Amino acid sequence: MSIVKVNNLSKSYGKTEALKDISFEVKPGELFGFIGPDGAGKTTLLRILTSLIIPDKGTAEVLGYDVVKDYRKIRSSVGYMPGRFSLYQDLSVEENLKFFATIFGTTLEENYNLIKNIYIYLEPFKKRKAGKLSGGMKQKLALCCALIHKPDLLILDEPTTGVDPVSRDEFWEMLGGLKAEGITTVVSTPYMDEAKLCDRVALIQKGNILDIDKPSELIKRNYRKMYAIKSDNMYGLIKSLNEFENIDSVNIFGEYIHFTFNEGDENMDALKKYLSEKGITEIEYKEIKPDIEDIFIELMRK
Amino acid sequence: MKRFLGFLVKEFYHIFRDYRTMVILFGMPVIQILLFGFAIRNEIKDTKIAILDYSRDNVTQEISNKILSSGYFILSDNLFNEKELEEEFKKGTIKEIIIFEQNFSENLYKTGKANIQLILDASEANLANMVMGYTNSILKEYQKEISGKYSSPPSITTEVKMRYNPELKSVYMFVPGIMAIILMLVSALMTSISITREKELGTMEILLVSPLNPLMIIIGKVIPYLILGIINAVIILLISANVFNVPVSGSNILLLAETVLFVITALSLGILISTLVNDQQTAMMISLAGLMLPTVMLSGYVFPIENMPVVLQWLSHILPAKWYVIIVKSIMLKGSGFGYIWKETLILAGMTIFLILLSIKKFKIRLF
Repeated sequence: MSIVKVNNLSKSYGKTEALKDISFEVKPGELFGFIGPDGAGKTTLLRILTSLIIPDKGTAEVLGYDVVKDYRKIRSSVGYMPGRFSLYQDLSVEENLKFFATIFGTTLEENYNLIKNIYIYLEPFKKRKAGKLSGGMKQKLALCCALIHKPDLLILDEPTTGVDPVSRDEFWEMLGGLKAEGITTVVSTPYMDEAKLCDRVALIQKGNILDIDKPSELIKRNYRKMYAIKSDNMYGLIKSLNEFENIDSVNIFGEYIHFTFNEGDENMDALKKYLSEKGITEIEYKEIKPDIEDIFIELMRK
Repeated sequence: MKRFLGFLVKEFYHIFRDYRTMVILFGMPVIQILLFGFAIRNEIKDTKIAILDYSRDNVTQEISNKILSSGYFILSDNLFNEKELEEEFKKGTIKEIIIFEQNFSENLYKTGKANIQLILDASEANLANMVMGYTNSILKEYQKEISGKYSSPPSITTEVKMRYNPELKSVYMFVPGIMAIILMLVSALMTSISITREKELGTMEILLVSPLNPLMIIIGKVIPYLILGIINAVIILLISANVFNVPVSGSNILLLAETVLFVITALSLGILISTLVNDQQTAMMISLAGLMLPTVMLSGYVFPIENMPVVLQWLSHILPAKWYVIIVKSIMLKGSGFGYIWKETLILAGMTIFLILLSIKKFKIRLF
């Protein structure tokens, strides 16, 4: 049985195709991530799963219910956290929680166990208005509110966007904790580094799913020998790398440039020679293991 | 039910925490009604009057002196003939003519009864009302003073005639009009804003992804403003009764029931607006320009409907406020019972049902 089952789903807004013939499944207990840049179609997809938008083509089942026909059943058993902070800013932390508990027909006490680990961060501020919380705190509160009714599926739309790195780590730790409780989670994020924290990820771009698998499998499957290189003349280095005929891809990652040679045409010595002819001598390079971001960029190029 | 109550409690939190709105909600009716009431002059001083004395005896002389020495009135002319009345008023300077009947003191002495007629220029309705009030109280005082001299207490009967505006329209008109405007504002504007705010802030998205029924959301949004609207109506009625002496001559309960009906009409208009637009700004613009302006201009509150061009008269028929103003006027001023206003009530009820059905049909259970 799958928690989410999507078949050949398409959705357009006028002429813009937001989702193009997408299919995937989410299994019970999984932490499933949609990784992709802004405008990839992540929000549209999650809104279809929460029955907020009707797809143009294809079917989507959530917890065994059709998102169009059985939307009422989905709405009472899914926990949803929209991309934008969507709690009542003029209500305090506690009041927001109590409100969401009440409308789902439960109480704060009943499911306190589930949110306990998250709520301890919020407890000191429980009388504070939600609008006056910091970004990270807001997201924690929103997660608590989405969890308060012990949902069978948690759908989180970019929960870590606009949140500081420490809070991001804390947030993912919490998601890990929920996974241990057996809660299935579908989460979307534009941050590639968060992919490795998911059980399985779907790389999504311009409405297409590029690949779906465990992060390690994705890397293994798309593995290519990759180098990181840097020099004191980065501009010249990029230019020369792009000009060198045996090179396949060149991408900047922080202070390093990641590049791959053409398949079966690897020749580091020739490259070094070529670079020194161009006057770039002070280079420092190493072979690296490509991570999910490299893979994603590779897949996007294809 | 518990879910619904939880939602309702949340709505009240929103309202009570928004101090500015609270001030507007409760300050506005009070300020409006006081402004309208007092902007029309409420103090009289050196008001010019004329006296037509058919008896010319010592009692009428005494009364005349008393009135003229009060400081409120100045004698503009002594008249000798009823035919002069019209001409005198047309000059536009005098506000009141006091007419003593023939053989005034004799009547008063023999029968204990005498008649005075007051004719007032009621084109300035509020002023006319006050001039009459002042004159009457001076006459009453005089009656008290002389009561010792007579065996039975004397009675001076005054007969009042309002000229040019016998119903004293403007004084009373503003109360029903203000009620219509305030209720329209509180109900339609506030509900449409409060629903679109949920859309704008994105909270509607989570409300939709919850077991809350859309109907529950709407009713939960409406009830607080229904209550606020009724409180406002009661405040207006209390002020008008106690400050401006415009009491409800008909049944209070009937008036309140009709008010509830009108508030529901306005609320359903507000809901309809909120189902059509997605942000607070637009909702406010539509409510103000689309509802308030016509309500002010066309409901017969500022300009009499009978004097409008035919097109506008037709337009005024589709305004709920017009029918409500008619109903309030009938109950408040004429003391009419339900038998006289059932037609207007029916129209208002019909409009309400139509608007509610339309907004339920338009309410989106999804985002787009």
